[in-house]
This record gives sequence, structure tokens and C-alpha cells, in this order.
Amino acid sequence: MFHVNGQPCRTDADEQTPLLSVLRDELALSGPKFGCGEGECGACVVLVDGEPQASCNLPIWSVQGKKVVTLEGLGTPERPHALQTAFIDERAAQCGYCVAGIITAAAALLAHNPNPSRDEIAQALDKHLCRCGAHNRMIRAAQRAAAAMQSNKP
Amino acid sequence: MTAAATPPSAPRGFGVNRDDGRARLPGSLHTNRRIAQWLAFDVPGVVKVYTGKAELGQGVLTTLQLVVAEELDVPIDAVRVLSASTARGPDEGMTSGSLSVQDSGGALRQACAEVRAIALRTAAELSGVPIERIEVSDGRLHSADARNLGDYWSLLEGIDLDIECSGVANPKAPEARRLFGRARPARVDLADKVFGRARFIHDLRLPNMLHGRVLRGPVLGAKLVNWPPPALGTLREGVRCWADGSFVAVVAPREREADAVAERLHKRLQWRAAEALPDARDLPAFLSSASHETTVPAQRGETPWPADARRFEAEYFKPYLAHASIGTSCAIAQWDGATLELWTHSQGIHNLRDDLVLALAGEPSSPAKETIVIHHVEGAGCYGHNGADDVAFDAVLMALHCKGHPVRVLWSRADELTHSPLGGAQRVALTACIDAQGQLTHWQHELWANGSSSRPGRAKVPALLAASERARASTLPLSINPPLANGGGAERNAVPGYAVPNVKIINHRLTVMPLRTSALRSLGAFANVFAIESFVDEIAQALNEDALAFRKRHIEDPRALAVLDAVVERSAWWRSAKPGDDIGHGLAWARYKNGGAWCAVIARVQVGAAVRVTHLDLAVDVGTVVDLDGVVNQIEGGAIQATSWALKEQVTFERDAITSAGWDSYPILRFTEVPEVRVHVIDRPTEPTLGAGEAAQGPVAAAIANAVHDALGVRVRTLPLSADTITRAVNASQ
Repeated sequence: MFHVNGQPCRTDADEQTPLLSVLRDELALSGPKFGCGEGECGACVVLVDGEPQASCNLPIWSVQGKKVVTLEGLGTPERPHALQTAFIDERAAQCGYCVAGIITAAAALLAHNPNPSRDEIAQALDKHLCRCGAHNRMIRAAQRAAAAMQSNKP
Repeated sequence: MTAAATPPSAPRGFGVNRDDGRARLPGSLHTNRRIAQWLAFDVPGVVKVYTGKAELGQGVLTTLQLVVAEELDVPIDAVRVLSASTARGPDEGMTSGSLSVQDSGGALRQACAEVRAIALRTAAELSGVPIERIEVSDGRLHSADARNLGDYWSLLEGIDLDIECSGVANPKAPEARRLFGRARPARVDLADKVFGRARFIHDLRLPNMLHGRVLRGPVLGAKLVNWPPPALGTLREGVRCWADGSFVAVVAPREREADAVAERLHKRLQWRAAEALPDARDLPAFLSSASHETTVPAQRGETPWPADARRFEAEYFKPYLAHASIGTSCAIAQWDGATLELWTHSQGIHNLRDDLVLALAGEPSSPAKETIVIHHVEGAGCYGHNGADDVAFDAVLMALHCKGHPVRVLWSRADELTHSPLGGAQRVALTACIDAQGQLTHWQHELWANGSSSRPGRAKVPALLAASERARASTLPLSINPPLANGGGAERNAVPGYAVPNVKIINHRLTVMPLRTSALRSLGAFANVFAIESFVDEIAQALNEDALAFRKRHIEDPRALAVLDAVVERSAWWRSAKPGDDIGHGLAWARYKNGGAWCAVIARVQVGAAVRVTHLDLAVDVGTVVDLDGVVNQIEGGAIQATSWALKEQVTFERDAITSAGWDSYPILRFTEVPEVRVHVIDRPTEPTLGAGEAAQGPVAAAIANAVHDALGVRVRTLPLSADTITRAVNASQ
């Protein structure tokens, strides 16, 4: 058993089943995307106990007892994560297929480092591929979100 | 002028034919003439907009939303742009060639102008207020003294919009516009994507849906030799697999079951390659020796080349490139015995439908065109003809085997990188000569490449991959080049944008296609502009002249001069002192398709163990700007993608297989490698709007190559500008 976005998840899938398969097929989540199946593009990245991890080649036995958060778990239109708001405001995408993984990884970065530099953001996102060339917008969106989170602190 | 080779049947989708005897209407309105094909006002407060163009990540839905909101004076969020479907809306052929704002936007502007005129007329008749005293704001019509005369929805009620556009109504004058170039609404597709709501075709889940996988040979034309394969074991209930010639399908109720069976099959299937692939170590030799057909798509001036003039010659090369979408190709098809319904991220649903009819003709369950309904659903960015159409046919073939069930087929990463069509390799040989005053007098551009397009719907045989694999196989059509009047293909932008009296373009189109090639963003413009703008730099250097000054004295087009001046003025780097020997600056420009957007680029690079592009400054002129940030996003993205192509990318292969099958073997530019990009847009509100999607590609590659030369003093004429090619160029120069 493990948790996904705060809810317990029980599955009868084989323990070698990739986490992404359970998230998309059994929980009908659309945030994490299939991109390569080899953990090389970052489209499927989710947080496992707060750390970004590719879910497409992560067997579910390895997340037993852990907390998984997907893009859907970060925020909703009613209660958006600062990154989700910033990505919309910066129009930080073209096709947007990679943004789920990128927002998720950026959320982990901002949790550890509330005021990252451009280079630190690029380093944190370096495992993520974007084919459309929206990288600079996404970096700006992450900086914008960081600023918004700082200014919203009590 | 000699036209490039044309396909046997009348091509569809290369452009709108306006010489058909009918009154000329703008954009795709000419061929989809009824207002109701474009607009509906059946829900109060909502303007429904039908487009035949596909959202590919270029933001076209948002741009069209702005066009409609501007022309009708309705709130932006009242405009709902619906994705293309064969069940309704216009047939606009392909979403390609940076034409959507011209084709679909042009049509919508006129259609909206007509609707606005109808509403004004109706309001005037009902109220007695003269038309010229009626104003429209927020979708409401009112007199100059603020009397409410109703809104579009009430005024249009009972009026049949299923009428042909008159073409008489005038769209808004530039000075009356309030949104173009200013409004920056949220992208209509983005909220779904950042909140993880189902938006992509990959997220579409239909009741009783089955999951399909395809197994394919390692290269085009490979034959399956062992079916059924040995020791496959028993399949779970509900799991099916079959072979139709060399097309092997797996269908299962659950996706992971389909994956597991596909993996088992993959290990057991054996294939016999048809023909060896060319020698990857010497592709220029392959391109020039392969059988080809030669045309002269453009020529001007007849003065013979002077024997005693100073002459320049150089050869350039661009390798095969992959589209390399981040999401793999996906489609869902359903056959109920009467109707075939298909959900696809194809760039041309009508073209695809034509090819499905061709591919299935004469078969027992062959559906008639009218019984095929195709809906466009967004996929990952495709950047041209990737596997979208192929996977759609895969899904159709499986659906015809699984009556009553939607079948969703998803390609693997390896499929995406090895079975999608590729951008073709291209060899370019340039020759020029100058007179005693250093003025260019003669220019020849000779190129060897496959055609740039083998999209569906344009040949007598289907262009769908599985059609070449089935037992009843047809040969895939050779890729062709659109006519130069429509921008050309491999010869796109081969005509230099310089005032040279004698110009000749020679195009050798390959008549063999060992690696399947088709449209990749900007077609031949990437290789041709890379070659031309490198060559111009070489000539200027040989003459000891400033590269900008040399260009400017050969340019007559004021808008070309304007983008060059703008980029030089904006760039902090041009003419600035270089802090170290490892830094270089390079300049290049082009007018896309010689009739589209102007784009000039200055690149700043740092050359160490590898080339790093640190900064790109771009100036662009797309005529009337609709969505300013949309233009910036397209240019910025195009520049970063072109940087990736220019520095890192090439499809690799052995004689029997494409070996760049994953991201480790086909690396693309990463976050830490991305340059800072600044885009300056010159808005020309009285000029027609031009597409921005492909303008940056060629100029960026050339500007980077020129910057590498500036840093190293060595000219690299082979892409990619990797450590390997640069080392070879350095060795060759010593």
C-alpha cells in the first residue's frame, strides 16, 4: 500500500509494474505522462516522499509505504500551486506535454530552495526534456512562483 | 521557372487554389465559403469557432480566439475555438507551412466581418438607428447615445448563417483594433495541461477501450520471417495478437498486458531486411550518387559566368534529423460495423481520411469516406510529419479486428525515433562570383536531398506506414517537394535574399528513399539558409569586409534591412569587444519561404570542448501581429530547437538498423545548455499577418556557425556543430 495525493492506493498489480501504469490506468490520472519508458525524459516525474522520480520505470514495490504526489496533488484550479499559476501567467509552454513533470520537479526544488537562481533551476530541471524550446519561459515561471511564495509567507 | 515534380493526382493541402473561377475569398474561406462552417451563435454569450487547423502547441487556438474577439468585439473568453473534426467545420488541408494565421485567421476575419455586418444591419432595421451610428462592444450593439440595440445572439436568432460569404464586408481597419498586438489572454489549452486534466489524446479514455501495440521490423521494408513465433506461450483471455504480412498487432484489455505481450513478441520475432541503409559515414557521397531527378526550380539572368572573375565555392551538409516528439504517437479508433470513428493528433484529418479510404479500398470491411469520422485531439508537439498518421492507421487496422471496441494504440519511444518519418539529409553546393567592385554577379545553389513531404492525401497510394507492411502491401510514396510557389520543399529558401543578377537553383530530388523522410519544421530552409548565410560570411571575410555591410549592400528589400538593423541595434554583442578568444559572434537572416516572415539573428557562442550557445538575439517581422507573446514564443522555441538541431542532432544508423532509438542515442538540448533568447518583434499593422513558426530555424543555425568561425577561425560546413565535426574541420584546415 502507498499513498497517492493523500489517498491510500491498493492495487493487485504485480510488484514489478511501473508506478506510472498504476497512476494512469488504475487511478485514471492524466498529469504524469508516458514519454519514453526508460526514465530519460522526465514527462512522468512524480514526487515520492517529496523527491522527484521518474515513474515510468519505477516498480511499485519500491514505493510501498511511501507518499506519491502527482501534478494533480500539487494544486487545483480552486487552490493552485504557485507554479501552476505562474506557468499559466508566463505562458510557459508550447505543446505542454513536458510541463507536468517539470512543474512537479520544480515544486520539489522550491520546497528545498525557496529562492533559486536561474542556474539552480536549470540544474534541477536538467533531466527533463522539452522539445518545443519553452525552457526559458519555464525558468521564468519558476522564479515568478518562488517570488509569489516568498511574498505570501506570513 | 521550372516547377518541381508534382504527384500524379491533384495535390491537396499545399495551398488554397484561388484560380478556380470563383470570387476570391481570404484564406481557407475560399474553399469553405459558408459562414456556418466557421461560426455558430447557438449558445447565448458564446461564439463557437470551428477551425480546420490543429493545435500543435503553436498556440493557434488562442490566436484564432483573438482574431474572432477582435473582429466581432466580443469578450475574449466568450470565444470558444473547437478542434478540427471531419464531422463539422472547414476542410483546411494540413496544419503546416506556418500558414494557420493566414488560412484560418484570414477566413475567420472575413467571416466575422460578415456576421458583424449582418448584426449591424438587423439592429438598424429593428431600431431605425442608422448603421454608421451603431457601435459594438462586449458583444452588444448600441447606438451612439448608448441605447441598447441587442447582442449578437438575440440579433442573429432566426437568421440562417448557412450562407455563402459575400466577401463584401470589410474587416476592421488597423486603427480600430483594440486587441491585436496588445492582448495577452491565457492560452486556451494551458490550464488543462498545468492542472493535469485530460487534454491530450493520450488522456482520452473511452468505455470498453482496448490497448494496442505494433511490432515492426528494424528498417523500412523489412519482412517478418517467423509467424507464429516459437514459444510465445498462452495468452491471457481477451489478449489477441496477429500478423498481417509484416504488420504485427497486439490488443489487450489492459495497457500493461499489451506491453508485456509486445515485449515477449519483440524478443522472438525475426526480420529480413530488404535493402541495406546507406553508409552513414559518407552521406554526402550517398546523396550525390543515389538515383535522382533533376529540376531547375528557379533561375534568373542569363549572363554567362565570367572566366576571369573571382569565384567562390563551398559545400555544406545537414544530416537526417528526427522530429523527436516528447510524447509518442497515439490514436484511438472504433468500428461499429457501420461507422469508423477516429481520434488523432494528425496535422491533416481530411488528408488522413483520403488515405484511409485508399488504404482500405477493396477490402471486406472497407469503409466509405462518408462513414469515416475523424476528430483532432491534441498530441505532443510534432514539428512536422511524425508518426501521428501512421499510428492512426495502426489503430484503424486493430479496430476493424475488434468490432465495437475503441482501440487505443501508443507507439514506443523507439518507434517514435525510428519509424516516424525523418527530416531528410541534404547536401548543398554553392558557387558564386563577384565583379571587380566586389558585387555578387552570379550565384548557383545545387542541392541533393529526398523530397520534403510524404504526407497523406497527396498520392495515388497511401502514405501510411502499415500500408507498406501488410500482406496486401503497397509501396510508400516517395517524398515530393511542394511547388516553389507554395514555398518549395528541399529547395525552400534556396533562392538567396540578395540582389544577384544571375541565379540558378538546381534540385536533385532522390528517387530512392532508404530512410523514410517527410516534412520536418521549415523543410529545406534549415539546410539552405545555413549554407547561404555561412557562404555569405565566407565571401565577406575573403573580401575583408564586415559581414553586415556586405549583406546590406546586396539587399534591396527594406523589411529585410529593417530586421537586420533591429537585431544589430538590440544585440549587446555585435561589434562589442570579446572578453576572450573562446567567444564568437555570428549574424544571419532570411525571409522564410522568400515570401513569409523576416528573421535576423545574432548568436554568441563559447567554444570549449563543445560549442555552447550562450545568447541569441532575434528580430522578426511577421506583418500584423495578432498575439505578440505567441509570436515571441514561436520564435524563441524555434530558435532553441534550431540550436539543438545545429549543435547536437543527427539520426545514426548502421546498414541494417537506425541506432538512434532512445534519448541517450538521440540527445537534444537540455535546460543547462539553453541560451538566453531575446526576441524583438517589428509590428506592421497595415501588412498581412505571416506565420512565425518556422522563420528562426535556418538563420539560427547559420548565425551559430558564423559565431563558431568567429571564435575559432575555422569554418565548419557540416552539421551538427559537434566536437567531432569541429575537430575534423580544424584538422582539415591545418
